[in-house]
Amino acid sequence: MSESVPGPAPEVFAPHKAPVSPPQASEEVEFVQLLTPEGERVEHPDYTFDLDDETIKGFYRDMVLVRRIDTEATALQRQGELGLWASLLGQEAAQIGSGRALNKKDMVFPTYREHGVAFCQGVNPLNLLGLFRGVDQGAWDPKDNNFHLYTIVIGAQTLHATGYAMGQQRDHAIGDAENGEATIAYFGDGASSQGDVNEAFIWASVFNAPVVFFCQNNQWAISEPIDRQTRIPLYQRAAGFGFPGVRVDGNDVLATYAVTQQALKRAREGSGPTLIEAYTYRMGAHTTSDDPTKYRLNEDLEHWKLKDPIERVHAYLSRHAAVDHDFFDEVEAEGNKIAAELRAGCLALPDPVLTDFFQNVYVEETPQLAEQRDQFIAYAASFEGEG
Amino acid sequence: MTKITLGKAINAGLRAAMEKDPKVVVMGEDIGKLGGVFRVTEGLQKDFGEDRVIDTPLAESGIIGTAVGLALRGYRPVCEIQFDGFVFPAYDQIINQVAKMHYRSMGKITMPIVIRIPYGGGIGAVEHHSESPETLFAHVPGLKVISCGDPVDAYWMIQQAITSDDPIVFFEPKRRYHEKAELDESVPPMPLHKAKVLREGTDATLLCYGPMVKTCLQAAEAAVEDGRNLEVIDLRTIAPFDLATIFASVKKTRRAVVVHEAPYSFGPGSEIAARVTEECFYHLEAPVLRITGYDTPYPPSRMEDDYLPDLDRVLDGVDKVMGY
Repeated sequence: MSESVPGPAPEVFAPHKAPVSPPQASEEVEFVQLLTPEGERVEHPDYTFDLDDETIKGFYRDMVLVRRIDTEATALQRQGELGLWASLLGQEAAQIGSGRALNKKDMVFPTYREHGVAFCQGVNPLNLLGLFRGVDQGAWDPKDNNFHLYTIVIGAQTLHATGYAMGQQRDHAIGDAENGEATIAYFGDGASSQGDVNEAFIWASVFNAPVVFFCQNNQWAISEPIDRQTRIPLYQRAAGFGFPGVRVDGNDVLATYAVTQQALKRAREGSGPTLIEAYTYRMGAHTTSDDPTKYRLNEDLEHWKLKDPIERVHAYLSRHAAVDHDFFDEVEAEGNKIAAELRAGCLALPDPVLTDFFQNVYVEETPQLAEQRDQFIAYAASFEGEG
Repeated sequence: MTKITLGKAINAGLRAAMEKDPKVVVMGEDIGKLGGVFRVTEGLQKDFGEDRVIDTPLAESGIIGTAVGLALRGYRPVCEIQFDGFVFPAYDQIINQVAKMHYRSMGKITMPIVIRIPYGGGIGAVEHHSESPETLFAHVPGLKVISCGDPVDAYWMIQQAITSDDPIVFFEPKRRYHEKAELDESVPPMPLHKAKVLREGTDATLLCYGPMVKTCLQAAEAAVEDGRNLEVIDLRTIAPFDLATIFASVKKTRRAVVVHEAPYSFGPGSEIAARVTEECFYHLEAPVLRITGYDTPYPPSRMEDDYLPDLDRVLDGVDKVMGY
């Protein structure tokens, strides 16, 4: 050996005594905040929200509607109409704030929980249910709304987003903060441990790809708390990859909007990727199959309820924007109407038939598969006429 | 007409595809200035630029995952995996994303991606550099798997694969990169998913692809001395197999030996044996035999000559099917 390597300090091997464990819910967290949980606007040296109260009313409406859609989907699952549902409860501000910061030409790569972003992009909520009802695996055309299909494999979509952004580069679609294009990749705190996510960071960095990595740190990857994924705040990881990272109060729709908009502008003008850690909380279960009472304290949930993303906007609008009750009642009524339509639409979704699902395995079908389909059709037909 | 090596033929095919379609991008490790560890992409970056011939970070999942994104954007990525044994970090992206995207989108998305993999043994390499993992891809719905056995096929098949809207895993027989053949571009190519009868015969059919094509042709020549007239078929396409050509041949010769470097069990030969048994049962004089690598990990290279099927083992298999 040419030189001796100093031994690591003993505590490196004692992760459970980690002195740098991430802040717990009860601690103060450093992040960008522009609207407090009490509904008061606050200043930040680097970020401002300079749109009017009408825009904030729009955000409120968006958040209430997606929560209502989410609630209805959970109910549909409980009644056996969906096989599963992944609730976004608690993450409405992170999704609406970032979703509303997107321009028409920006491209979105979601996980399976981005119902709020889908709503912003104009995806029909009914289309989101197909995957969970088991009638399809994503019914919308990603090109229609610049919203890719949901990705179930954790973190895989961050590479797709990065590749797509490299395509935007090659198409010379960047270089202008307003008219250029950017890509946004959604993922969670659990995904931050995936190799694909770390590879995506490297690729985006070395190719300076116009991609925003939007991590909703909702504190839980099913039952595993954030300290099983990281010993430093997630946004700080960006520094090691060579691009900026910022933590935003993910329950603050104004701050999320401002931070995301700045990152998107940066990407569109050709300055490369940004990691946004939206610090939030998964107020529901991981999915309807999960039971969070087995692994987390109810006090935590109660604590986070005080930081509810919708309540603070309600408080702000009531107190400072002279919005009257009619507005809130109208939004609630609109939500109920959408939910009723969603329910009716879900129940009316036609059951798929396997005959149709031999298609689209290939663009150019193989003779072997055509033969199997024909055999299945003949086999199914042999039961016709039987009681 | 010029004589061209198999490696140079793929290079020429890539070049032709890139000239025809500006959406074709080539990506992989060391493929730019170096031209790839086998020089298959030599000179492409100089002529097409760094945006189209991309030296990637050393991350195979990243290569395939970003290729998915480029394909979604309208590009036609050709990904090089440096060696067969290094494809597995990308396996998740290939199996869960590339293979399923067209299906799960109900046809709205296509994945025109080619994944080039130099494969097989016989070059004295260290471990992970001599493997034949084609079954692990051929088994997956949504993927097509092909392998070229000579320079002419290499030239055309890479271009046809790039033109295909289905994702294709393109296995290149690395020990045959330096084999030469005349390439006459005025002769139109065969369809991509067709097998090729290289040698007509009457006594038994040798079914092979990739690096085993040359081995089987040599075996058929040697068999003449024993008075045996063997038919040799270069399968060319593994997923899907060209069953019509296989069945026609076996119905004629009544005996079949499948030859591949990949391990014996659950290999391409197993699928062929099952299919031939179903379709040619009353024509068969003998069970379909498989002459293959053994069910061990690829051995240290000083033993590879014993591990790999060679002329003698192929003829031993022929003796067995003739003995029934």
